[in-house]
Amino acid sequence: MMGTGASEGGVRLMTLRGAACIAGAYEHPLREIPDRTIPEIHADVALGALADAGLTLGDVDAYYCAGDAPGIGGMSMIEYLGLRGVCSIDSTETGGSSYLVHVAHAAAAMAAGKCRVALITLAGNPRSGGRPPGGGSTKSPETAFEGGYGITVPGLYALTAQRHMHEFGTTSAQLAEIKVAAAHHAQYNPRAFLRDPVTVEEVLESPMVSDPLHRLDCCVITDGGGALVVVHPDVARDLPRQCVTVLGAGDATKHADNGRIDLTHTGAVWSGPRAFEEAGVTPADIDYVSIYDSFTITVLQTLEDLGFCERGRGGEFVLDGTLQAPHGRLPFNTDGGGLCNNHPANRGGMTKVIEAVRQLRSEANPEVQVPDCEIALAHGTGGAIGTRMVSATLILGREAP
Amino acid sequence: MTAATEPFWSATAEGRLLLQRCDACRTIIWYPRGFCPDCGSRSTSWEPASGNGTVHSFTITRRGQGHWRDAGPYVLAYVELDEGPRMMTNIVECPVDDVHIGQRVTVVFHDTGEGTSLPRFRPVDGGAGS
Repeated sequence: MMGTGASEGGVRLMTLRGAACIAGAYEHPLREIPDRTIPEIHADVALGALADAGLTLGDVDAYYCAGDAPGIGGMSMIEYLGLRGVCSIDSTETGGSSYLVHVAHAAAAMAAGKCRVALITLAGNPRSGGRPPGGGSTKSPETAFEGGYGITVPGLYALTAQRHMHEFGTTSAQLAEIKVAAAHHAQYNPRAFLRDPVTVEEVLESPMVSDPLHRLDCCVITDGGGALVVVHPDVARDLPRQCVTVLGAGDATKHADNGRIDLTHTGAVWSGPRAFEEAGVTPADIDYVSIYDSFTITVLQTLEDLGFCERGRGGEFVLDGTLQAPHGRLPFNTDGGGLCNNHPANRGGMTKVIEAVRQLRSEANPEVQVPDCEIALAHGTGGAIGTRMVSATLILGREAP
Repeated sequence: MTAATEPFWSATAEGRLLLQRCDACRTIIWYPRGFCPDCGSRSTSWEPASGNGTVHSFTITRRGQGHWRDAGPYVLAYVELDEGPRMMTNIVECPVDDVHIGQRVTVVFHDTGEGTSLPRFRPVDGGAGS
């Protein structure tokens, strides 16, 4: 084992705390892009993030992408982008949480001395009719036992919401508060796909998609993408741009567990503690959170699982403007999140990290900038919380390592 | 269907729900596969299930996708079998608004047209449950 961390029994344990910084973060400005290919959108965001970092394609020595990138792994994109000398490649595919996993993998690679400048990209165009990314070509082993029952993505999250309501008394009105907070933030984001504030009543009156989830409990479908540039702290020191520091990261899988599926929690019950421990902070230290919001229930369960409130109490926790910036107790998704702003390629993890970086740089939209934002948490959820999923938690700090 | 799951599907065609049990650790394996994911043993046996269970969670999908687009509202559910495993399925043969968590249900088989049947569940008469 290698790295910069603590010693245990004579073995050096690697920690990611301070192992890497995010130097560049870029969200594609558009939400409908009918006239560009997916590789072109990847290139748009790659160049945007590098420009933000003050770096160029020639500086990149690591490239990470997920299943939304065309070709086998990163090979086609590395060639297309003109990257030379890439010596760290990662195409970990965990759905919408992929990009948070990539940040953690980049930090680990940097702690191990394998690379210094990692580019991570996401792009897709489901709004304009592009094929949803991912899925793979090989049939999954569970397909025969689940595929015949009319599964939809909202349905898998609705199964979880229904059980949460049954066990804990959570209500649709409480879930609606999450959408209300996201919409409150989106009104200040000129790029947001949905900019109009909404009320709890409007959420409850929107058409039922899959009981108990209404249309306004669901995220938007948008074209677009985003990119991050993760750099070694030595690189960060020489850049004029403010870099934010990776303080901790945790990944966790959760699945149906041989017929024992527990719908009352997500993998965040494990990814969260791992990230908090590595960062040396607690939920009380977090100034801002980007929480994956494919559906309102995703947010509610994740808040519980990360320890921001007690298990089963998420419904009460989100009342009274808790999530609303700048003065709520726990401002979340200040760009409007996936519920209102952007969920490019049906994957919300990238934009979660980007908005956390904006907050730490004090570059969020002014009406929703959290004062003195020092520590932020970004969380991704890939797959479906009603079956199998990968949770990824990142804790980021404003100060250089 | 594979050699490991063929007995399960063959039984469905005869209207029987089989469960796979690990010969080593005695765990019921769901969904079926060629080994026990609890202990790794490759030695497993089939036994008949009661076919009875309880609705663990459900959702009324208002409009499905693909083949299901015009199916009308239907119920996707997890049923907890009396033997333990929670399996994904549909609740059928009742108005969608009657379905609730805790409801007692029993298996029915729907011909897939491909030599197998799909196990679904219907409410047990008089067994409304909690």
